[in-house]
Amino acid sequence: MADTLQVSLWRGGSDGRYVDYAVPARESQTVLDVVTYVQRHLDATLSYRFACRVGMCGSCAMQVNGRARWTCRTHVSKVAEGGKLTVAPLENMPVIKDLAADMREFFGKWQRAKGRFAPSKTRNDPVEPIDPATPQRRAADAAIECINCGVCYASCDTVKWDKDYLGPAQLNRAWTLVNDVRDAGNRERLVAVSEGSGCHSCHSHQSCQEFCPVGLNPTRSIAGLKRKSLAAYLKGELKP
Amino acid sequence: MNVALYAWQRATAALMAPLVLVHLVVIFYAMGAGLSAAQMLARTRGSIAWGLFYGVFVAAVSVHAAIGVRTILIEWTPLPRRAIDGFAILFGLVLAVLGLRAVAAVVLP
Ligand code: SF4
Ligand code: SF4
Ligand code: FES
Repeated sequence: MADTLQVSLWRGGSDGRYVDYAVPARESQTVLDVVTYVQRHLDATLSYRFACRVGMCGSCAMQVNGRARWTCRTHVSKVAEGGKLTVAPLENMPVIKDLAADMREFFGKWQRAKGRFAPSKTRNDPVEPIDPATPQRRAADAAIECINCGVCYASCDTVKWDKDYLGPAQLNRAWTLVNDVRDAGNRERLVAVSEGSGCHSCHSHQSCQEFCPVGLNPTRSIAGLKRKSLAAYLKGELKP
Repeated sequence: MNVALYAWQRATAALMAPLVLVHLVVIFYAMGAGLSAAQMLARTRGSIAWGLFYGVFVAAVSVHAAIGVRTILIEWTPLPRRAIDGFAILFGLVLAVLGLRAVAAVVLP
């Protein structure tokens, strides 16, 4: 192992450029460690985002050697090509500065896809028992562990091509709620996801599934939404 | 694409799958048998079955292709949606007219 890594980091806004840094190589080191080293020791003005460092919060995703990854759980040894690392802000989002991408549109679409739980009960009602073995709950559970990192969104060609497309994480979230028997907002949710640039615009490329760091399968969730909304449309319950 | 366009695109695709197969078989048959243009026309002229077969085919193609072209234009050009919708409808209509003209030419007695 060489004792230094050659690291290129994106600096500036959308009109910025790559700047090279030499960072000491360590036995066990994540991409986030490398970025943090640059900020602590080489240039304190470097901007980037992280919080938990253990793959829970979803705030540290960046493009690493051209591929969107959660940097806190990505070991340099797995991704550095010949001791070289190129790190850029997430794709398909505007750059704020350096490695920080602007996720407002990402979360705006989350709301547009009705990714918010709509309670059907109040705090005065008794807690509803949910059987984890029902097919609906299993479908929701299979998609629920999303950490909102945006890796799938940055890797989806449809997002790149159609700026109105709701996006894999957003539709995946909608699918968990469609399968949540406690939710009261599914009529509006199904309308929201089956408008133009909604679930039916997904090409089933499966990049989202391939790249999702927690192993979710948004493609499958989106296929579920397509089936469900098609059935509702054919029954006349959905008027686009 | 919204759910209605999606339904139409899938339905026309399902419809076209067997039609394309029959169409190919017909081509192979006609070529293999070495039919002349006159012999083919003798079989198709006045045939309600062939008229229906290719009429439905043309309708399905026009709808299917227009929806597909609309998606391509949305994803690959910066044109506004309204212009794209207009172009896709026009494209479908042109296909339908051209196709039905061809069908009429071979089935009308
Ligand atoms: S499967 Fe759909 S959401 Fe996932 S990357 Fe492909 S187009 Fe995007
Ligand atoms: S689906 Fe996966 S890749 Fe997409 S935001 Fe959620 S955790 Fe990240
Ligand atoms: S810092 Fe929280 S997921 Fe990477």
